[in-house]
Amino acid sequence: MFYRESGDFKTSYAADQQTFPIRFDRWAIGLVCAFAFLVMPFLINDYWEKSVLLPFLVWAMAALGLNILTGYCGQVSLGTGGFMAVGAYASYKLTTSFPELNLFIVILLSGGVTATVGILFGLPSLRIKGFYLAVATLAAQFFLVWLFNKVPWFYNYSASGMITAPERTMLGIAISGPNSPPWATYLFCLVIVVFFAVIAKNLTRGRIGRSWMAIRDMDIAAEIIGVAPLKAKLSAFAISSFYIGVSGAMFFMVYLGAAEPTEAFGIDKSFLVLFMIIIGGLGSIFGSFVGAAFMTLMPVLFKNIMVGGLGWPTDLVSHIIFMLIGGLIMFFLIVEPHGLAQLWRVTKEKLRLWPFPH
Amino acid sequence: MMMQRQFGEAMLEVKNISLSFGGVKALTDISFDILEGEIRAIIGPNGAGKSSVLNVISGFYHPQEGEVWFRGKKRMGLKPHEVAKQGIARTFQNIALFKGMSTLDNLMTGRITHMKTNLFWQMLWKGPAEREEIEHREKVERIIDFLEIQSIRKTPVGRLPYGLQKRVELGRALAADSKLLLLDEPMAGMNLEEKEDMSRFILDVNDEFGTTIALIEHDMGVVMDLSDRVVVLDYGRKLADGTPDAVRSDQSVIDAYLGVSHD
Repeated sequence: MFYRESGDFKTSYAADQQTFPIRFDRWAIGLVCAFAFLVMPFLINDYWEKSVLLPFLVWAMAALGLNILTGYCGQVSLGTGGFMAVGAYASYKLTTSFPELNLFIVILLSGGVTATVGILFGLPSLRIKGFYLAVATLAAQFFLVWLFNKVPWFYNYSASGMITAPERTMLGIAISGPNSPPWATYLFCLVIVVFFAVIAKNLTRGRIGRSWMAIRDMDIAAEIIGVAPLKAKLSAFAISSFYIGVSGAMFFMVYLGAAEPTEAFGIDKSFLVLFMIIIGGLGSIFGSFVGAAFMTLMPVLFKNIMVGGLGWPTDLVSHIIFMLIGGLIMFFLIVEPHGLAQLWRVTKEKLRLWPFPH
Repeated sequence: MMMQRQFGEAMLEVKNISLSFGGVKALTDISFDILEGEIRAIIGPNGAGKSSVLNVISGFYHPQEGEVWFRGKKRMGLKPHEVAKQGIARTFQNIALFKGMSTLDNLMTGRITHMKTNLFWQMLWKGPAEREEIEHREKVERIIDFLEIQSIRKTPVGRLPYGLQKRVELGRALAADSKLLLLDEPMAGMNLEEKEDMSRFILDVNDEFGTTIALIEHDMGVVMDLSDRVVVLDYGRKLADGTPDAVRSDQSVIDAYLGVSHD
């Protein structure tokens, strides 16, 4: 049978508060993971890696990060691009200074560096809220990109001002650099994203997640119930920036291979990630993935249909895609302002009881 | 004939506090105490300073003069979340629930000062974090039973009707397991039946959990029935203080409520 809650009885609080309380969900997510880990690496080719899977994973990671800050803790940020740049430059400096360092560790440390920078730029959030905070984080965006352009130490004094990812291997297989096989880069990113998605889920459903949501929903009441605003807001900034930093490091080291701050980490990236979480669903881990998929995969799909299927000229198609995506965003936001995750939630609620209305 | 209720020592003492915002004097030289185990009402006409008193107690406002003593210790400039840690919980005049969260999560948030597992275990979930979660879930479920809100356990509170929201807010304050509970107009905007329910809950909380309660309420019938002692404020000053009967027959209180000119 399909999606059903009836008959799925819980006899302990542990069973009631597990990640996927409904049996069907557990099966579905298990199958998806099994496919992603066991089957996909054998099917993947260069095209799927570079234009579908890697961008999806990288942006899903960034969306997870921003969703923790904006969706769960209610602090609007437009500094995502800047924080991704911090992650990218941190990984570049780390891996060129310590070539022996394992790439996993490089990427985790880059996340740590970004978390520190995030806390610094999160300090204004203790005083200002809403749109004003968004403007303050905008300052972070422009300042960081400017910094990486201006200070040659960050790009190791290279003549072009660009940073290039050197080849780094794990277990003898290249993960970064031009010679890395698609399945290896894909698996590398997949492991990181799945691991941190689980951690994000755990964080958001426990004490820390509740303190974030309390600050988001009603900060005065949160304080009166015992949530320290300083701790809640800064921890959200730190953890969110960690995620965004890791995504920036993956973006540069594994996906791009070479980057220049203004273009790779501009303000448009900040907006892109913000759109992802708005369309996917604020305050939802699943929504971060759906939003990232929507924004990265839709253009690819349309392009394949129009250029590949219908044979239209490429330049015309790229303009049509802009309009189509814009239209779709508006459509989905009118149908469900709380994002695709909410749409899915409502469908599930209906399915649970189907065919009965109540 | 009602039995004479016995109370312990003063749990909270407000000593000569004065609070002003710029040139506006909100409170002038207010002193009163709340005894352990009693239900204390704070009443007064609109703008008398009742909510300001509550905000001083819960740490939102810091009076320019005077002291607040809680359980035998003088309190110095604490922030609201530090006040919560000391064991003071409150509800708000306008409902201040976490609208995006379920009833259960709202109540679980109420237990936040009692939850201790660190970031690492929270990330891992399995182990201490899960055990702690279940332990507090059991406490919260007891409150859910007590308030008879089992059926809305998983409903986002934004979808609940007003009366239930008020009840959930009381539940969240109860979940904090506090020594002193401050209720800012717990019955505002309720119909008769809801008021009766809420009064029953307040009496039961006081009775079963032994929680000391201070409440602001406009419904005089409710105040006179529920409370052990009443403080009356007007224009930021204390008019009267005593048992409901004594306060009811006090000439200055009658004048304040009927609006006799002050000269």
